[in-house]
Amino acid sequence: MPENLFKVNKEEYMLPGNRSCQGCGLSLAYRYALKALRENTILTVPASCLTVLHGLYPTTSVTIPCLNCTFASTAASAAGLVAGLAATGRTDTTVVAFAGDGGTYDIGIQALSGAAERGTDFIFVCYDNEGYMNTGTQRSSATPMGAITTTTPILTKEQNKKDMLKIMEAHDIAYIATTTPAYPIDLYDKFVKAKRIKGTRYMQIHVPCPPGWGYPPRDTVKMARLAIETGVFVLFEMENGKFRFTGRSKSLAEKGNRLPLINYIERQDRFKKISDEQLHSMQKFIDNKWNEYQKKAEG
Amino acid sequence: MEKKDKNISAMSTPAIGEAGFTGDWRDMKPVIDHGKCIPSVKNKPACYLCWLYCPEGVIKTGIPVEIDMDYCKGCGICAEECPAKAITMVNEGDENG
Repeated sequence: MPENLFKVNKEEYMLPGNRSCQGCGLSLAYRYALKALRENTILTVPASCLTVLHGLYPTTSVTIPCLNCTFASTAASAAGLVAGLAATGRTDTTVVAFAGDGGTYDIGIQALSGAAERGTDFIFVCYDNEGYMNTGTQRSSATPMGAITTTTPILTKEQNKKDMLKIMEAHDIAYIATTTPAYPIDLYDKFVKAKRIKGTRYMQIHVPCPPGWGYPPRDTVKMARLAIETGVFVLFEMENGKFRFTGRSKSLAEKGNRLPLINYIERQDRFKKISDEQLHSMQKFIDNKWNEYQKKAEG
Repeated sequence: MEKKDKNISAMSTPAIGEAGFTGDWRDMKPVIDHGKCIPSVKNKPACYLCWLYCPEGVIKTGIPVEIDMDYCKGCGICAEECPAKAITMVNEGDENG
């Protein structure tokens, strides 16, 4: 039993009876993110699955104030909120932008890069479900190689996933962290930490999506955990450029006992057309990423 | 949130069950065996991994553990993650549920 389970904020900010799918990974991650952020937070959300979760006017399923903005302007609207709060002297309020991978990797990157360059004091959260799941699983630049989406139905996606974390690292921001709903306490702790830090903070959550990835809803946590075990997603944090592995990835890095990629791939329908060549190249891509991270961790 | 700001033209108010009784979405429902459930067996607050992993937040931490069936979508994550295998998914409408 996790010892610090009882230290988690008991208040629920995401109310039951919302529009998220059965077994939604985002819903689980969002629950803990909000618990960690608590009151004194303003959210800004672009068009994404999260807007669906927030609900239709005139009711919402989230008790924290939220601004709905356009797809490309997530970070810009957050910068506006920060400026507005500073002008009215309410500096104790944290501004949190919560965008999907489409809103971060593709459409929102320009505004995000701008805000990060200006050092805007806000948290940008990217929940990465590896595609445009809200509109019916289209390919995004976060989709991994070999995945079937409705826009890559025959040949599958031929390119590797874009390394957004490296792009954010290049902006020299205060805090970068990756987290997953498979370890809610890790997610909670990182959000608590992010809230205390000043400056631009970027968080990435790897959230499994049952309808988009093609696996039964009950396996959401298992899938998120397998992503860590196989090294598809790496848990780390980077404070002022100092890299360190955290949680399960730390012990995987020390022991080097990552599972082969096939364990993760075979459970998902979206990879049913993956060729041996692609699988091989994806495994190599992941191994290279790990070597890179390990070099960074050694300093 | 109670005060209406005159500068905001469209503002939603928070409410439980924004999408209606989402329990209607279920085809399988979770049933807890309190003979195996750790808090019930030990008779003290322990485990609560079902509460931790519930994406909806419909599980109440108490002795015994309770699930709000009005809003449980029946994803089955609790049954999958329960270390004591105390939760089983049974078909909606089954007698022994």
